[in-house]
Amino acid sequence: MATLPENFWGWVLFVIRQYGPLFLTGARNTLLIAITGTAAGFLIGLLVAIVRTIPLKPSTPLTVRGLVRFAQFLLTVYIEVFRGTPMIVQAMVLYYGSSQLLGWDLSAILAGILIVSINTGAYMAEIIRGGIDSIDRGQTEAAQAIGMNHIKTMVYVILPQAIRNILPATGNELVVNIKDTSVLNVISVTELFFMSKSAAGTYMRYFEVFFVTSVIYLILTFTVTRLLRLLEKKLDGPDNYTIMGSQTTPDGMIHVHHGDGNLAIRGKWGGQA
Amino acid sequence: MNHAPAATPLTGDAGNIIEVVHLGKTFGTNPVLRDIDFKVQKGEVVSIIGSSGSGKSTLLRCINLLETPTSGDILHHGESILRGSHRVSDYRTHVGMVFQQFNLFNNMNVLDNCLVGQIRVLGRKPDEARQKALAYLEKVGMAQFMNAKPRQLSGGQKQRAAIARALAMEPEILLFDEPTSALDPEMVGEVLKVMRDLANSGLTMLVVTHEMQFAREVSNRVVFMDKGVIVEDDSPDVIFNAPRQERTRIFLDRILERN
Repeated sequence: MATLPENFWGWVLFVIRQYGPLFLTGARNTLLIAITGTAAGFLIGLLVAIVRTIPLKPSTPLTVRGLVRFAQFLLTVYIEVFRGTPMIVQAMVLYYGSSQLLGWDLSAILAGILIVSINTGAYMAEIIRGGIDSIDRGQTEAAQAIGMNHIKTMVYVILPQAIRNILPATGNELVVNIKDTSVLNVISVTELFFMSKSAAGTYMRYFEVFFVTSVIYLILTFTVTRLLRLLEKKLDGPDNYTIMGSQTTPDGMIHVHHGDGNLAIRGKWGGQA
Repeated sequence: MNHAPAATPLTGDAGNIIEVVHLGKTFGTNPVLRDIDFKVQKGEVVSIIGSSGSGKSTLLRCINLLETPTSGDILHHGESILRGSHRVSDYRTHVGMVFQQFNLFNNMNVLDNCLVGQIRVLGRKPDEARQKALAYLEKVGMAQFMNAKPRQLSGGQKQRAAIARALAMEPEILLFDEPTSALDPEMVGEVLKVMRDLANSGLTMLVVTHEMQFAREVSNRVVFMDKGVIVEDDSPDVIFNAPRQERTRIFLDRILERN
């Protein structure tokens, strides 16, 4: 029989060797639920925000106005309920409620994704509404002035700008979700926290196991944060642009690097000079 | 004599691109426009002048339906755009607008600003749209900057790009809402030059402006507004040299003295 480790680092190595696959499965499920849930929540939030920002004019027909108002009211209720109760409680109510009332037999993971999506949707709806409100009114007017309707204005002009502006907040939601999926252990979702608890129980080494667990959480959140920063940079587009040839130098191209003030001149003109 | 019942849409002279009939607009209880009547015919360049708060920008915004008039009517080729089945977004493709604050789409470069309306609203093919966009960018001297984002441009460049964006839709009439008021003084000239060229090329233009020299030299007609009404509507020669109304004279004295 193998001898058990005697110090902290010994135990850390021991649990990593012993429970590596368990940690990996847990981390995979955590990431799966957090990323899917945040993405779905983002879409829910987008739809909710678009409906909640439909402009109602006195010229809109009364029935349409009534319908939109009613939808907006329901969405407000949704946001208030899911922002106003803890996700751990929502998990219990939805998981056991869906089985008891509707006879659904959801797998724990699917239930987890559902709960995180609906919960995130409520937060994202408000974040996206804020993003839409933050875009200058002139952008909407200019879009309308070239004949765009509400949907086209949103899709081509407002949302691309609003989504770029709310990316940092969306990143926050993802990071929060990676950490908060841990509450799903109450409905036996095999995410990282649940797996860690099982691992810790066998040898009663809670400190060492959860030390490893926190390192894994940190790696997950840190990686995700960096990736989102890269995405932000990419969406901003290049800082430089190219001035195309003029009449005097038809093939001339001047690359203007915004910020550093450098000019790089290329093409016929630059070549011969 | 009885007037026609209100339900019958007004019909006017189809030769007028825009005809404004008894237009009124109130914000809350505050009347900003009262009983405005005027028209713009094809090929005309009309300048609207007046002090701040006289309602001239509101009038322009009403014509493009960015503000909803409270009373009266606006006719496009003799047909009401406020009543009946007139599609607002259709109408707006015929009436271009240039804003004081440029309002270029910040998420697109200069070329895409000129393409998006052509492709997504008018349904033009990308090749055709690109050709037109480049032609109009060339016209305003911005073709070189087609790859630049709005944040990389000066105010004058932004406004010229915004004019190209409006022109690319090939509207029947272009509305200018104080197009040089947000510009640094040294950039006003480049935008006014573009507008002069457009006027000379026969484009129908309705310009709200504080540039008296432009109004005087380029317009066919000058409209002077004060406190929400049109005080005088006449040729630039009459307005600037022999105004019929006392209020016009006082306004011009004040403005021209300052210069």
